[in-house]
Amino acid sequence: MSPAPRARRPVAVVSFAQAHNVRREDERNEVEMLMPVVAEVFANIGITKDDVGFICSGSTDYLVGGPFSFVTALDAVGVWPPRPESHVEMDGAWALYEAWVLLQEGEVDAALVYSFGRSSPGNLAEIMALQLDPYTLAPLWPDPVSLAALQARALIDAGRATEADFAAVAARNRKAALANPKAQVAHDRTVEELLGEEYVVAPLRRHALPPITDGAAAVVLAAGDTARRWCERPAWITGIDHRIETHAPGARDLTTSPSTALAAERAGVGDGPVDLAEVHAPFASQEGIVLEALGLGGNGGAGGAGAGSNGSNGSNGSNGSNGSNGSNGSLVVNPSGGALAANPIMTAGLARIGEAATRIWSGDSNRAVAHATSGPCLQQNLVCVLDAAWEGA
Amino acid sequence: MLDTPIHLEYTFTPGIAQSRFLRGLAEGRFVGQRCPVCGKVYIPSRGSCPVDGVPTGEDVALSDTGIVTTYCVVNVPFAGQAIEIPYIAAQVLLDGANISFMGLIQGIPATDVRMGMRVQAVWVEPDELGPTLASVKYFTPTGEPDAPYETFEEYL
Amino acid sequence: MADRCAVIGVGQTHLKAKREDVSIPGLVREAAQRALADAELTFADIDAVVIGKAPDMFEGVMMPELSLAAALGAVGKPMMRVHTAGSVGGSTALVAAHLISSGIHRRVLTVAYEKQSDSDAMWALSVPQPFAAPLLAGAGGYFAPHIRAYMRRSGAPEHIGRMVAVKDRRNALKNPYAHLHLEDIDMKMVEESIMLWDPLRYLEACPSSDGAAAMVLAAADAVSGSYPPAWVHGMAMRSEPTMFAGRDQVNPQAGRDCAADVYRQAGITDPRADLDMAEVYVPFSWYEPMWLENLGFCPEGEGWKLTESGATALDGDIPWNASGGVLSSNPIGASGMLRFLEAAMQVRSQAGEHQVEGARRALGHAYGGGSQFFAMWVVGSDKP
Repeated sequence: MSPAPRARRPVAVVSFAQAHNVRREDERNEVEMLMPVVAEVFANIGITKDDVGFICSGSTDYLVGGPFSFVTALDAVGVWPPRPESHVEMDGAWALYEAWVLLQEGEVDAALVYSFGRSSPGNLAEIMALQLDPYTLAPLWPDPVSLAALQARALIDAGRATEADFAAVAARNRKAALANPKAQVAHDRTVEELLGEEYVVAPLRRHALPPITDGAAAVVLAAGDTARRWCERPAWITGIDHRIETHAPGARDLTTSPSTALAAERAGVGDGPVDLAEVHAPFASQEGIVLEALGLGGNGGAGGAGAGSNGSNGSNGSNGSNGSNGSNGSLVVNPSGGALAANPIMTAGLARIGEAATRIWSGDSNRAVAHATSGPCLQQNLVCVLDAAWEGA
Repeated sequence: MLDTPIHLEYTFTPGIAQSRFLRGLAEGRFVGQRCPVCGKVYIPSRGSCPVDGVPTGEDVALSDTGIVTTYCVVNVPFAGQAIEIPYIAAQVLLDGANISFMGLIQGIPATDVRMGMRVQAVWVEPDELGPTLASVKYFTPTGEPDAPYETFEEYL
Repeated sequence: MADRCAVIGVGQTHLKAKREDVSIPGLVREAAQRALADAELTFADIDAVVIGKAPDMFEGVMMPELSLAAALGAVGKPMMRVHTAGSVGGSTALVAAHLISSGIHRRVLTVAYEKQSDSDAMWALSVPQPFAAPLLAGAGGYFAPHIRAYMRRSGAPEHIGRMVAVKDRRNALKNPYAHLHLEDIDMKMVEESIMLWDPLRYLEACPSSDGAAAMVLAAADAVSGSYPPAWVHGMAMRSEPTMFAGRDQVNPQAGRDCAADVYRQAGITDPRADLDMAEVYVPFSWYEPMWLENLGFCPEGEGWKLTESGATALDGDIPWNASGGVLSSNPIGASGMLRFLEAAMQVRSQAGEHQVEGARRALGHAYGGGSQFFAMWVVGSDKP
């Protein structure tokens, strides 16, 4: 395997917009959902579609229920005259990765990335089952909640987390979401209250599940001086990497996320202190696994400003810190409320990068980590390190 | 080989612009929308001008006459086909619209259909009208002279 | 400045109506292992995997790359899944090539496939949606009216489509991987085949195939294998909206722009003279003369004359689709990659019986959607 890839051209997230996350978009179609988001992501920095040299999107046909859903979605941008444009059948975070790769080459200075996900038109539990191995798993129609429950059970059985940990994660994320005007689910409830809820699939209670969300998001990436011109304090991507694991949940240790750990290493998460993390953990039970793999676990309840802190950041306190995060304990996790506040499929990962970037722009963070996941039980993971400073720039 | 049938149900949302188009059909008329930037009239509008990427806000009432810009004769059977073959699938450009859409041509032998032929919509009975394209039974020739090729060349 | 990217391994499966002998993982692995063998590498040498296919509904598997990770040796590596409609095989190769030319990876495996027999592609393309027109015409029904428009615009005589249908099927007889091997193909056979979407006859349309294609791409310092590499001289993608007022669907601007971009990078000023052959996505016979014009091989309106003159035949001055093309094999998601792959095989002199003698520079082309998504590359035997 080649040496760890490193960003050699400074590329930054310079604008972010997202739709109001809702349970069901009753009136608007995909194009009508996306149009204001794309307009806003340009207007934020005073540019137009003519200022970006590449467009990349992420979405999946099965949510919409018809082939080629990304094709009509392009009408929200207006790709005329013709544009260099591409699409991944993945979360928009991977579309951002594709755009970042292209920007590394130097021919293009800016790119639009967008994604959309409507979970409401169909039965999400059935649709997501079609993501599983078509020979051995899909015919059994396992739903994503049951698979996540298997994972949560493995954590508990391994003595690595408790149901109270899950409740604490849910409580903290949804309390943070009160400050996020685009959040779908936000409230201030105690761990004790949450533990009084019924199980959906034991050991997961209602609060540990993500909401079902219709949403859309867009990001503008820009390189070098273009980024500095459009943004006072660009969120430079100093490292970005993604890795996949084998598919079968039975062939993996579900209590860990080796693909996240490897991506984090390659992206250089441990090269400096991290003060903020936006992790894409749709189920409350998954946040601790991701944080640990990122090397950000074991920080106890030190979460600082913004997110509020009424529980441990990770559920793996016994693992100890690997030290990469420094010892000042100022890590803020999911100030947006994360995927527990809104989980538009195919969009929630891109939104994590956008949410982290906004904290760099505002000065609330100097070095942030954003994470996106895909597949059953955290099968595939992307890690993006955003920094207020570009070394040597 | 083993068949594993997959059955999924979806609730589709036509969107704001397309809903206006569909409600128009329920009243037996065509409603298009105009782009505020380029001024072109789209029917049906998906809500945006695909060129300018802006909402097509203004409704435009269109007549139910137009021309066949181009067409083919469908001779191939396939699952879910609603119409007996052979039939004419044509691109119909309504008068006043700047975009054609696919429509069925009847009331004329397949061999007599021409590019530029003037056609008019034939609607279902008033009590059968609904917010669906099925409200238009088909398009049929009006008998007017064909439109000269130059007048619709740019719509091919 | 972008790094140089080379094709160092190619592999394809035999293309057939039904590959019932293998599962989907078996199919993609077959192509991948052939590409690795060609490059004299193993999965362990690969840094990242980029996979592409057309709509998931063709097989009834959502985001199938997730369950294919192990079969493609991608575990612990970056894996991406591209979907840009019919052009996907081409754009998948381009996404992989950018991972090299950006300097991020040194060796990337790229794969595209379709296993249409596992589902009903015609059905998948025509899912009845409540607000859509009840008139379902299928893919040919979408393109046939544009073919009619081309015939009218260019004044092309009817037999041109039949000529392409015969030429590509004769080429396919020289390609052991091709799906259709029609020994007796001739003008009369095409003319007597059933009219599907008038003016398009059965033998003027592509078949429906199962199959996969794979390539190993490498940076200049990671070239391996016994065959010389095919160097990427230029690559580009362009998209335009499906429909808008005044759109030219016969000669789309996105195709012209994409070609101009890729020629600029490759230093090509006269494609007919500067290229030795082209593998172009021609799913319906009439798209050869249409794309000849769109890609600048001749002035507008004269594509059919080039076809009629025999220039695009295997022994012509600019052979098109020496492999037999999409008209002879159409595993939808892989069809575009096969064009890119065949172009690479030609400049590596490994095309066997359908080799264009002395081919040193070739175009690979794919398009999709309503003739709105384009992906192209130019590969050459010389390192640029």
